[in-house]
Amino acid sequence: MTARVGVVTFPGSLDDRDALRAVKLAGAEPVALWHRDKDLHQVDAVVLPGGFSYGDYLRAGAISRFSPVMETIIEQAKGGMPVLGICNGFQVLTESHLLPGAMLRNNHLHFVCKDQKLRVENNGTAWTSDYAQGQEIMIPLKNMDGRFTADRRTIDELEAEGRVVFRYLDGNPNGSIDDIAGITNAAGNVVGLMPHPEHAVEPIVGTGGTDGTGFFTSILKRLVNA
Amino acid sequence: MARVVVDVMLKPEILDPQGQAVQRALPRLGFEGIADVRQGKRFELEVEGPVDDAALARIHQAAETFLANTVIEDFTVRVEEGQ
Repeated sequence: MTARVGVVTFPGSLDDRDALRAVKLAGAEPVALWHRDKDLHQVDAVVLPGGFSYGDYLRAGAISRFSPVMETIIEQAKGGMPVLGICNGFQVLTESHLLPGAMLRNNHLHFVCKDQKLRVENNGTAWTSDYAQGQEIMIPLKNMDGRFTADRRTIDELEAEGRVVFRYLDGNPNGSIDDIAGITNAAGNVVGLMPHPEHAVEPIVGTGGTDGTGFFTSILKRLVNA
Repeated sequence: MARVVVDVMLKPEILDPQGQAVQRALPRLGFEGIADVRQGKRFELEVEGPVDDAALARIHQAAETFLANTVIEDFTVRVEEGQ
């Protein structure tokens, strides 16, 4: 008995294959989902991958949010299904209002592509339980529209409820408020972050770090023990 | 067909680095005296049938849910006259 974790492919997704591979390496069963298919094929959790879905036309994530597959995902996420949004996936989650706030162009207007140090601020979510509270991890970051923003009241609420899940360390790469790199919803089943854990799961690639594996082992444990 | 224009702008309190980059480039091109630039989006909607209150209400709804992200943007809807 293992868990089925779906990864959605939108037109313009780039990291769906890497996400499927990360799911498999963690020991879960990867399931490819298609943006036009409302059926989630009995998956237990969903990853919205990085890329430039619909060319980032209008706003990053704005058109994907109205795709047929998102209708089902939004409904089931509200019912507790775990959803992880990575980069463009995070943008889709804020556009869907599953997570608060919005994403803006990086404050320096440059595309960022680097290894980024993060601190795990909340290991109580469905996707972060395999990390220690306060653990520092190194995860690749690559985006144009990564500046998380929200009004002060929303930020205060996120901070007070421990819903800031990741914070940038050693410098803020995009001007996000309070160095926020990732957040969760009140229930802790929906998590979004700009950096890419699915690119840090095998020693042979990148700088050889595997700090991203914990996302996928966390969700597997959560689902198998459920 | 009547044209309805939806203008979308970042809210005043939101930093607009694209507008700033444009503003900084203007003096280099000899355009002096521009203190600030904010960059936005303009949508021109060609509407079938009459642009009555019901049609405008629908467009307002489209602007609010889709054309603008009201977390970070404001929008205006107006009918373009004289066509």
